[in-house]
Amino acid sequence: MAALRSTSARILGASRPVFRVAAPVRGFANLADAAQESQTASGSESKLKTFQIYRWNPDTPTEKPRMQKYTLDLNKTGPMVLDALIRIKNELDPTLTFRRSCREGICGSCAMNINGTNTLACLCRIPAEDSAELKIYPLPHTYVVKDLVPDLTQFYKQYKSIKPYLQRDTPSPDGKEYRQSKVDRKKLDGLYECILCACCSTSCPSYWWNSEEYLGPAILLQSYRWLADSRDERTAERMDALNNSMSLYRCHTILNCTRTCPKGLNPGLAIAQIKKEMAF
Amino acid sequence: MMAQRVGTTALRRVAGNPNTFFTHNVTKLALASSLSNMQTRPVATQKLTPADGDSILAKQRLARPVSPHLDIYDKSQTYFGGSIWNRITGSIFSGGLYVFGSAYLIAPLVGWHLESASIAAAVGALPFALKGGLKFLLAWPFAFHCLNGTRHLVYDLGVGFQRRTIAKGGWYVWGASIVGGVYLAFFL
Repeated sequence: MAALRSTSARILGASRPVFRVAAPVRGFANLADAAQESQTASGSESKLKTFQIYRWNPDTPTEKPRMQKYTLDLNKTGPMVLDALIRIKNELDPTLTFRRSCREGICGSCAMNINGTNTLACLCRIPAEDSAELKIYPLPHTYVVKDLVPDLTQFYKQYKSIKPYLQRDTPSPDGKEYRQSKVDRKKLDGLYECILCACCSTSCPSYWWNSEEYLGPAILLQSYRWLADSRDERTAERMDALNNSMSLYRCHTILNCTRTCPKGLNPGLAIAQIKKEMAF
Repeated sequence: MMAQRVGTTALRRVAGNPNTFFTHNVTKLALASSLSNMQTRPVATQKLTPADGDSILAKQRLARPVSPHLDIYDKSQTYFGGSIWNRITGSIFSGGLYVFGSAYLIAPLVGWHLESASIAAAVGALPFALKGGLKFLLAWPFAFHCLNGTRHLVYDLGVGFQRRTIAKGGWYVWGASIVGGVYLAFFL
């Protein structure tokens, strides 16, 4: 970085920030720069916030997972936790690893545990009113691939196991699409919006202890989405697959799922509906 | 990204040393600076058969830690969750029933006096606070299990799943069970 500075700036080292402001090009900051920035800004109106982030590196598997602290000036950071994470990765520590894609809550990649609850980092505001440290962990009780990246293989396998597609034998009457009344279509609202971010499943203590066999809230919500679909003709088979002590009935209405869903859906209610339909 | 970086570095150089702008070719400079100053990461891939890849993955999976769960999740939803306390209070009562039942069964053989009359006399002799405290230890789990059990029965009807109802309902059950426990212990 030093090589990039002009000689005049190197001589007048202390006044360098003044020159930097004048420069029209936004450079790539590194650790030293960020430290200097926060120093110079602390005089005026910097709002520092410390982020504690779970770190574990598969290249050194014997080292225990640890929490690493990063301090950012919120005035220079976007409002969401994902903005902060991206800024940490860009400017403070490029080794920090997390999944992200859409930054608007539709892909479900950036699901993680932020201050005790699972949510999408891109939809979670950084609490700016207090200076308490923000703690970020990967989704609870998942195998950690690296840092904030959980292994969701089992989750996706379970999703596949419920056959999440339309199953029909009779062709549609007019040979075109399978039609549905408005009332029947409305039954799918609140179910089809699920983005499978796994926030709800990994918030469920029952799923923590029984994820081998219990399907978990997200997958059961999807099960209900296909049970409730008027066009699907395998309702009985789908119910039969759930009718055992583990797949569905490990749900004890703890309802952490509904409380945590970043999309505002209600997996708890969907599971209750399945139970009701199975009973009556 | 690469092109952008090269461009940025070049511009910085130019901004730093204005003279070079007139004497040097900008593209040449950009190329040179990109070679000397840019952070590069050499591509370091190697061919792997799927089997090799799988074995590396299997090894990595063995070493993967389980992410923290009970320690870090919102305490009001885990340690103070209605569901777990429903189970704990239920276990206290069913466990207590078995313990007392079998003790009562073997009492004549061992010579214990567990008849209602003798227990009532023993408890009656205790000071008021201790008596009430002992009763509260049984009355609170009873009140909690009744109230929260009702809540879960209502859930089974598919009612009361709004987010606010869930969070509030939990605290209401805690409050009501403590009040109910105190009433049963001291005023009944």
